[in-house]
Amino acid sequence: MIDWMRYRWLYLLISGSVIILGIFSVIKWGLTFGIDFTGGTVLEYRFPDGRNQVYKYAPMDASALEKIREDFKKQNGEEVRFENVGPTVGPELVRKTLYAMLAAASGILLWVAMQFKSFKFGVSAVLAMLHDSLVTIGVYSIFGAEVDLLFVTALLTILSFSVHDTIVVYDRIRELRKGFGDNIYDLANKAVTETMVRSLNNSFVVIFMMVALLLIGGETIRWFVATLLIGTISGAYSSPFVAVPILVTWDELRKRVKSEN
Amino acid sequence: MLTAAATIVSLPYGVKFKIGDFSVDKKFELKEGLDLAGGSHLVFEADMSKIPEDKKKTALDGVRNVIEKRVNLFGVSEPTVQTSSFGGHDRVIVELPGVSDTKQAVSLIGKTAQLVFMEVIEAPGVDGATPSATLKSTDLTGADLQSATVVFDSQTGKPAISLQFTKEGGDKFEKITERNVGKPLPVILDNQIVTQPTVQAKITGGQAQISGSFTIDEAKQLAIQLNAGALPVPVNLVEERTVGATLGAASIKQSIVAGTIGVSMVLLFMILAYGKLGIIADIGLLIFGVITIALYKLIPITLTLPGIAGFMLSVGMALDGNILIFERFKEEKLKREYLPAMEISFGRAWNSIRDANAATLITCFVLANPLDWTFLNTSGPIRGFAITLALGIVISLFTGIFVSRNLLRVFVKQKK
Repeated sequence: MIDWMRYRWLYLLISGSVIILGIFSVIKWGLTFGIDFTGGTVLEYRFPDGRNQVYKYAPMDASALEKIREDFKKQNGEEVRFENVGPTVGPELVRKTLYAMLAAASGILLWVAMQFKSFKFGVSAVLAMLHDSLVTIGVYSIFGAEVDLLFVTALLTILSFSVHDTIVVYDRIRELRKGFGDNIYDLANKAVTETMVRSLNNSFVVIFMMVALLLIGGETIRWFVATLLIGTISGAYSSPFVAVPILVTWDELRKRVKSEN
Repeated sequence: MLTAAATIVSLPYGVKFKIGDFSVDKKFELKEGLDLAGGSHLVFEADMSKIPEDKKKTALDGVRNVIEKRVNLFGVSEPTVQTSSFGGHDRVIVELPGVSDTKQAVSLIGKTAQLVFMEVIEAPGVDGATPSATLKSTDLTGADLQSATVVFDSQTGKPAISLQFTKEGGDKFEKITERNVGKPLPVILDNQIVTQPTVQAKITGGQAQISGSFTIDEAKQLAIQLNAGALPVPVNLVEERTVGATLGAASIKQSIVAGTIGVSMVLLFMILAYGKLGIIADIGLLIFGVITIALYKLIPITLTLPGIAGFMLSVGMALDGNILIFERFKEEKLKREYLPAMEISFGRAWNSIRDANAATLITCFVLANPLDWTFLNTSGPIRGFAITLALGIVISLFTGIFVSRNLLRVFVKQKK
């Protein structure tokens, strides 16, 4: 059995640095919001020479927009996409996104806490989820990718994927607890060892799918798939190396507090 | 024994296969969303500033009904019209598959189409001043119409609208024309005078004709608007998305190619990693695919790009079930006989499969928002994604547990 938990400070350090880098980037360079959030116009034209071009504009009034569209028509551009979002829609979307994340996170927290009969499990699973979303948002900020409605969807999917993986490891801990007593540290090591191959294989399957979609799938879903890919990798990492170490550390801290009393 | 088991395994799914093929024959096509088939997505915001709080819902539903009628009369196939209220904004979302010229649709939907017949009240000039005339609205409005049709004026040959009033409306019209013989009778649409014919004589029978200077398209549009009724409150276009059919077709093609490659890589990987067990998982996965597509057609599910991604993700989760079982099987095989080892692996792995998939279903529930909670999103693509993912998980639980398990039983027995 490999003593995975011995290096748990290292894992937390790695995760911590990635997250801090991401947060730094968000503060320094911010996030690029798409028209779903800011309002504005996206036009895509196909020109007679077979070239496809995407144009983006800040919100403007209807007549100015009409003039631009007329201009493109004069250049024989075929309009293949036209998106125009009013400036009032964005703030609403931000709120709905936050509500959705809160609803999903609390639902999952309750479910995990209930199934594993301990809030420790629920909270550390949700913290691992938070880790994955912070990593994804950080990567977005660093690459300057556009945050839109699909990003929100991807983020929520990552949350469920992350917790999916975490539950598999937890389930092993739960099962082992019946036979091997209550020392979380040893249980965690054994559970992580036993589920490692499964985690790797499963991640490969999802990564294959995503890489295929990323390379060949359409332009419109490219970043959506990239987000899922980043999230999948982060989610696979965070189960044994974030959720479980938090669980173990929490348990040790509690024991220490107890013995001091 | 072997044949019996094989029959049990193959029979129910044989039927499923037939359902899949059957639905193709019966022209149950996969429904494609706007981003794949092309079409437009329009969001109108209702101006509720003059509507009291307790009447807002009725007003918004009224707006939706009128818009729905207009769109149906316009002849768009399978439109969807939904309302959405959030944070003080009341909106109507209109999706028109196959319509990429939105200008006409927007003016058709967005006009209030408030039709009023006016009377001219003449005040005699006092002390030699010129007589003044004021307009006074009558109680005859668009609500009194039975139907409106496009006709051609028998004298000018220009397009005009023929109005047929309801019985009550006809009575009102009779009285108004009686009062106003020899006077003009202006017809006002959305605060603009369309026409003001002079009444020649009392008109009975409840029929009238408006002949403004319409083009044929304008006349057709107006007839649709009058037939569908006026919007209870004015609306404004706040969001508009149009995808041309060519872009959609390109997206489909790319996604299908990507999906095929992705799936074949996964199938190959499973065989490489698990050998014969991998082949069983692959068969299970193919059955999963067939059932899923059959259900998409039968329910039917509108397939969008995010929806395809949701399907791909559910493939990943379906295989995860198999991987969990096989990894477990590898461990248990060392401890006991082949057959009990397999049964135990299924039992033990089931706990984690159940708990993990339930967590994903929770997220799907939030994203799909089936109860239409207004504080969550109601946007089509995100819903599409959540629904395909949830459906995929439910089917994968079924194929993972029943199909793979029975196939494995057969496989183990053969080995003996």
